[in-house]
Amino acid sequence: MGEKTFTEINERIRDGSVSVVTADRMTELVKELGPEEAAREVDVVTTGTFGAMCSSGVFLNFGHADPPIKMQKVWLNDVEAYTGVAAVDAYLGATQLSESRGMEYGGAHVIEDLASGKPVELRATAYGTDCYPRKEIETTITLEDLNQATMLNPRNAYQRYRVATNSTDRTLYTYMGTLLPNYRNATFSGAGSLSPLFNDPDYETIGIGSRIFLCGAPGYIIGEGTQHEPVNHFGTIMVQGNLKKMSTEFLRAAIFHKYGTTLYVGLGIPIPVLNEGIARKTGISDAEIITEVLDYGVARRSRPVLRKVSYEELKSGSIEINGKEVRTSPLSSYFMAKKVAEELKAWIDKGGFMLTPPAERLPGATVFKPMKQTNELPLVKDVMISGDRVVTINEAASIEEAAQVMIEGQFTHLPVLSDEEKLVGIVTAWDISKAVANSYSRLKEIMTRNVITTDPDEPLAIVIRKMERYNISALPVIDRSGKVRGLVTSELINKLLGVRRRQ
Amino acid sequence: MKVLLRYSSVTSKEPHIAKVILETNAMINIVRANVSPMGGETVLDVSDDKCEKVVALFRSRGVEVVLLPAPILLDEKRCGQCGACVAICPAEVFSFDHDWRVRLDGAQCIQCGACIAACPFAALSIME
Repeated sequence: MGEKTFTEINERIRDGSVSVVTADRMTELVKELGPEEAAREVDVVTTGTFGAMCSSGVFLNFGHADPPIKMQKVWLNDVEAYTGVAAVDAYLGATQLSESRGMEYGGAHVIEDLASGKPVELRATAYGTDCYPRKEIETTITLEDLNQATMLNPRNAYQRYRVATNSTDRTLYTYMGTLLPNYRNATFSGAGSLSPLFNDPDYETIGIGSRIFLCGAPGYIIGEGTQHEPVNHFGTIMVQGNLKKMSTEFLRAAIFHKYGTTLYVGLGIPIPVLNEGIARKTGISDAEIITEVLDYGVARRSRPVLRKVSYEELKSGSIEINGKEVRTSPLSSYFMAKKVAEELKAWIDKGGFMLTPPAERLPGATVFKPMKQTNELPLVKDVMISGDRVVTINEAASIEEAAQVMIEGQFTHLPVLSDEEKLVGIVTAWDISKAVANSYSRLKEIMTRNVITTDPDEPLAIVIRKMERYNISALPVIDRSGKVRGLVTSELINKLLGVRRRQ
Repeated sequence: MKVLLRYSSVTSKEPHIAKVILETNAMINIVRANVSPMGGETVLDVSDDKCEKVVALFRSRGVEVVLLPAPILLDEKRCGQCGACVAICPAEVFSFDHDWRVRLDGAQCIQCGACIAACPFAALSIME
């Protein structure tokens, strides 16, 4: 069959003869009819997603006060917005936290409050100029009072996302939600077969200028999103829309416990079925969209991939990881994603939403580079006490022996080893004082058995976090076989940081 | 049926639960307990057939009893239908219906509170 054009499809939208289906229905149709017939039957496929999109925010213009002010800092309900753009413009990001309420309330909540018509307290300060003499202002505004409230989201609608789980014995609080210890749960995000970018994975019909559904109002793709990584199917888009026209049904402030605030964004893209090839691509199913399960217990940029998994398996409620059945929870809503796709379909069916051909296509070959770090903190092996200088003690030793070793070597921490030279505990000078006060005699009675350790290749930034979290000042460094290779102390790290600051 | 007991510091020295079990022969599971110098709170799962009798007996012993027909409450208006609660719950209270809407079976709830912290929309609360 021949190609359809945007103009022809828009004609059909105008005269009411257009045939629109949601992306999940298209998957069935392509299976039933084959892509060629499906391309003849269907003109537009609507997609949808509704998930946490941290990289979201709004540009606000407040208008001028009298006497006027050139805002240098501005807060909305105590959440700071960036105002380094002219006098009364500001950008409020979804993840910025309230200065008085912390994680309970953030930029996303201000955006939701504005969208629902609630009054918001504005406070701004300035240094004063001849043209903008005012130095501070406090007022109350609503969405209606603003000249513009333009949602501009630098990175939305991730094509797919990685699954998060946790191998450690401690609960983790992440942007992927709460991850229970020892693989007790796994969380995922993304709309699977409804995913906007997965229905046009080569960006043949969408690009800069594509009209989309954004939080219940028409919006536009204005470019590739930040961190756009099409070569690995992690494409993203930058979008804009008018907050004044949006609906709070498709725009929700949210909190990830002990992580921070974020904005749930409802976003849908209409895909014009221009030819058989596009019909085939929009026929993608949950089973064909594959992603990776990552261990968030490893706090590094490259987290270990535990396995690959399809969205079909994720949506079944559990997956197998290392022989263990792990229950899965979505963080994005499939119900709401479907609602977005259906709403967008209704707009097009009613003739009120035309498709726009992209002015420029999204890049298809960029990669997401890691940060260039010029002042990297060294690794544990660069600062640890190692070799002959590490002093340990056998678990059978007495408290007096341990005290003697500490005094001789001027150490405050002694790793305790078994006869097989494996680390079984740690004892500190403080433990020795307690032992004397409470008349204990054996090391085994007083040592800490659950030892927090590190390895030679761990960055010091992570060691510092462990020291803060567990309120400890030294960690044994162990290798893969569990043998003690060294000791890293807060004193050593302080010395190193002190030297750096003086430089 | 889940029931919440509240005792004052005076009455909490008594082994109320043990005595009620011995007297009624009811199957009782202690789901959650919280004891402080000011008194205590305990949530029990009581077999339905003996529930009425058990509640009456606790009350006669001076223990305040609150019935918890729905131990966990979901505010449908706030719920974002994401499902972050589903896998975090040890009692499998939450599930999806055929439309991918979140549903809950409160009877299984042990009031551990895991879902309350995990809900991004603050849509869940414990009934007490």
